[in-house]
Amino acid sequence: MVCDIVYEILEKVKLNDNVSKMVISAPLIARKAAAGQFLIIRIDKLGERIPLTIADYDSENDTVTIIYQKVGKTTMRLDNKEVGDSLLDVVGPLGKASELGSYKKAIVVGGGVGCAISYPQAKELYKNGCKVEFIAGFRNESLIILQDEIQKVSNTLDVVTDDGSNGRKGLVTDILKNKLELNNDYDLVVTVGPLPMMKAVCDLTKKYNIKTIVSMNPIMIDGTGMCGGCRVTVGGKVRFACVDGPDFDGHDVDFEEIIKRNNMHKSQEIADREHYCRLMRGVNYV
Amino acid sequence: MFNKSKKKVVMPVQNPDVRKDNFEEVALGYTLEMAKEEAFRCLNCKHTPCKSGCPVGVNIPEFINAVKNSDIELAYKIISETNALPAICGRVCPQEKQCEKKCVRAKNGEPVGIGNLERFVADWYMENMNESINVSEKSNGIKVAVVGSGPSGLTCANDLSNLGYDVTIYEALHCAGGVLSYGIPEFRLPKDIVNNEINKLKSNGVKIVANVIIGKTIYLDELFEMGYKAIYIASGAGTPKFMGIPGEGLPGVYSANEFLTRINLMHAYLEDYDTPIEKLKKVIVVGGGNVAMDAARCARRLGADVNVMYRRSEIEMPARKDEINHAKEEGINFLFLSNPIEIIGNSNTGNVEKVKYIKMKLSEPDASGRCKPVPTNEEPCLIDSDCVIIAIGNSPNAVVTNSDKSINCDSRGCIVVNDSTLATSKENVYAGGDIVTGAATVILAMGAGKKAALQIHNDICKNKSDAL
Repeated sequence: MVCDIVYEILEKVKLNDNVSKMVISAPLIARKAAAGQFLIIRIDKLGERIPLTIADYDSENDTVTIIYQKVGKTTMRLDNKEVGDSLLDVVGPLGKASELGSYKKAIVVGGGVGCAISYPQAKELYKNGCKVEFIAGFRNESLIILQDEIQKVSNTLDVVTDDGSNGRKGLVTDILKNKLELNNDYDLVVTVGPLPMMKAVCDLTKKYNIKTIVSMNPIMIDGTGMCGGCRVTVGGKVRFACVDGPDFDGHDVDFEEIIKRNNMHKSQEIADREHYCRLMRGVNYV
Repeated sequence: MFNKSKKKVVMPVQNPDVRKDNFEEVALGYTLEMAKEEAFRCLNCKHTPCKSGCPVGVNIPEFINAVKNSDIELAYKIISETNALPAICGRVCPQEKQCEKKCVRAKNGEPVGIGNLERFVADWYMENMNESINVSEKSNGIKVAVVGSGPSGLTCANDLSNLGYDVTIYEALHCAGGVLSYGIPEFRLPKDIVNNEINKLKSNGVKIVANVIIGKTIYLDELFEMGYKAIYIASGAGTPKFMGIPGEGLPGVYSANEFLTRINLMHAYLEDYDTPIEKLKKVIVVGGGNVAMDAARCARRLGADVNVMYRRSEIEMPARKDEINHAKEEGINFLFLSNPIEIIGNSNTGNVEKVKYIKMKLSEPDASGRCKPVPTNEEPCLIDSDCVIIAIGNSPNAVVTNSDKSINCDSRGCIVVNDSTLATSKENVYAGGDIVTGAATVILAMGAGKKAALQIHNDICKNKSDAL
């Protein structure tokens, strides 16, 4: 109704079967974006508003980059958009920028598509002169993303898979534990990934007393503190991930609660996704 | 022709049994005959007490006179001289606390149905006349920015545009209207009506830019660099309050804002739209204001059994009488003098299963003038529920004020302004509506927008003449 700005898709790259990257024209947002911030997008009039982390930004070319995993109807619909198409709404940059200026030696732990969020954080730390040791975990080799990009912004990189298909079987927490046992001189751990993984990382780093930043990506509608759907209990207080976060001190986050909240619309989501898959098969193959 | 009836001409409404299952408008509006009949109840008082009760000063007796003469076009022109959004005000203003409260006829019977008449005139005009009334003077080329497209921002933009200014409204959401779009449901305020009023503004030259968050996408200082000479902040009180009781983080607990936004802004109740809303069976709405009524009536329309839980008694409810009655007619139950103390979820999924609440009693009046509710010694009660909607009020949205520390705020986060000029602590920045007062009504926000427009105009004129 009041839309004047065109958010055109300038580039689309498939990172693996489920994850793709899109570079979108969004001049006003590109000029303000910083590591740790996110966007809200809406594909078209019927679409829902979903939050996506700004994986990269280029203020000279006026673009922002998103990386998404096809998990539900909206991300599947997003994946049907091609270069030259545009998104109806893109708003941001939302949330507080990550505060990563004052660290000397950090471990960044990314899980699955969470690496798309931890990559800009690693980049920011590395740019600020911090020694970065990156641990990336994926379910299997075919799901590995951003390996080359991460390599460029970290001093060491360990990539592990749940099934060992890339030659290194294990969990990110195994590698993390080894590192901390060997030499506990880290002043920061940053972790982004599935909630149970972030919880496991935080439980571990708490024992070693190392400050740990997590980036939360809960259910959200407006992204400006208006709906309260993204509330997270942090240190016993209700905080809104959209305006107070998305980064929080991982040792204070009530993971149990947020894991349950994030499952809230699961039954409908699964129904929608299956419905949509059936629908699209009809369109594509009949 | 004077109509001596002590009662207003009754406005037809959708049958409660039918409307509880649809989102179409509840109140159906007057016909021309009904409007004229009601208009003839007006005494046309010389001292116009009704007008003094209107926050935007609509010339009420004059427009009612035009209705008496069947000149609805003239009636519309009279209203729109002072009110940019008559179709909206006719529906959602609390007239019983404003113009109609001061009506002389209310001393012995019901007041004149001013709101009903305003609505009739606006709807008639929308239906019968296509062109908008262009009252703009020639453009003076001076740029003014408005932050937020709710009722306050729209009114300010309209009035400044009428004075010849080049006005741009920046809106954070994808859609204009603020609370009119995301908050108030379709059955109380159809979105076609809202869009129509907004389109009138746009055809009058007001620009609206969506998806831009002032304080995030663009900072206030940058607006000045972009050539705006003044800024009006009307970003509203959009941040929901929670009670701070155990279980508020469980799945199935919503703020009224989230629940209403899913339904009104995102159309979650319509098949075609992607935004999810769960199938609800037993909903508890906590609160007693208009927002609580809106949430309860939406939940009812989604097929749920609804209980409104309010800690005081019915007479203290801040919601409009009409809304409470409409809710009751639609089969919504009320648990008065009841206050939740815990929300209990399933031990595995966490999904809400029960609400634990205590009975309250009223003691002496508190600062709000209403009797203060205090807990009784009775044992807490349990009620089954799969969804709890918290509608206990909203705080100011802090996005703009967090981004610019030269704007002074009070301890509640409301922007501090000079009462008579609406000027903030930052030069050439004004503020009004809920961001200044805390959550209030559409019409008070509009009144502030009006006042700010005039002040901005006066200040810009003064600066120009000083510079000469």
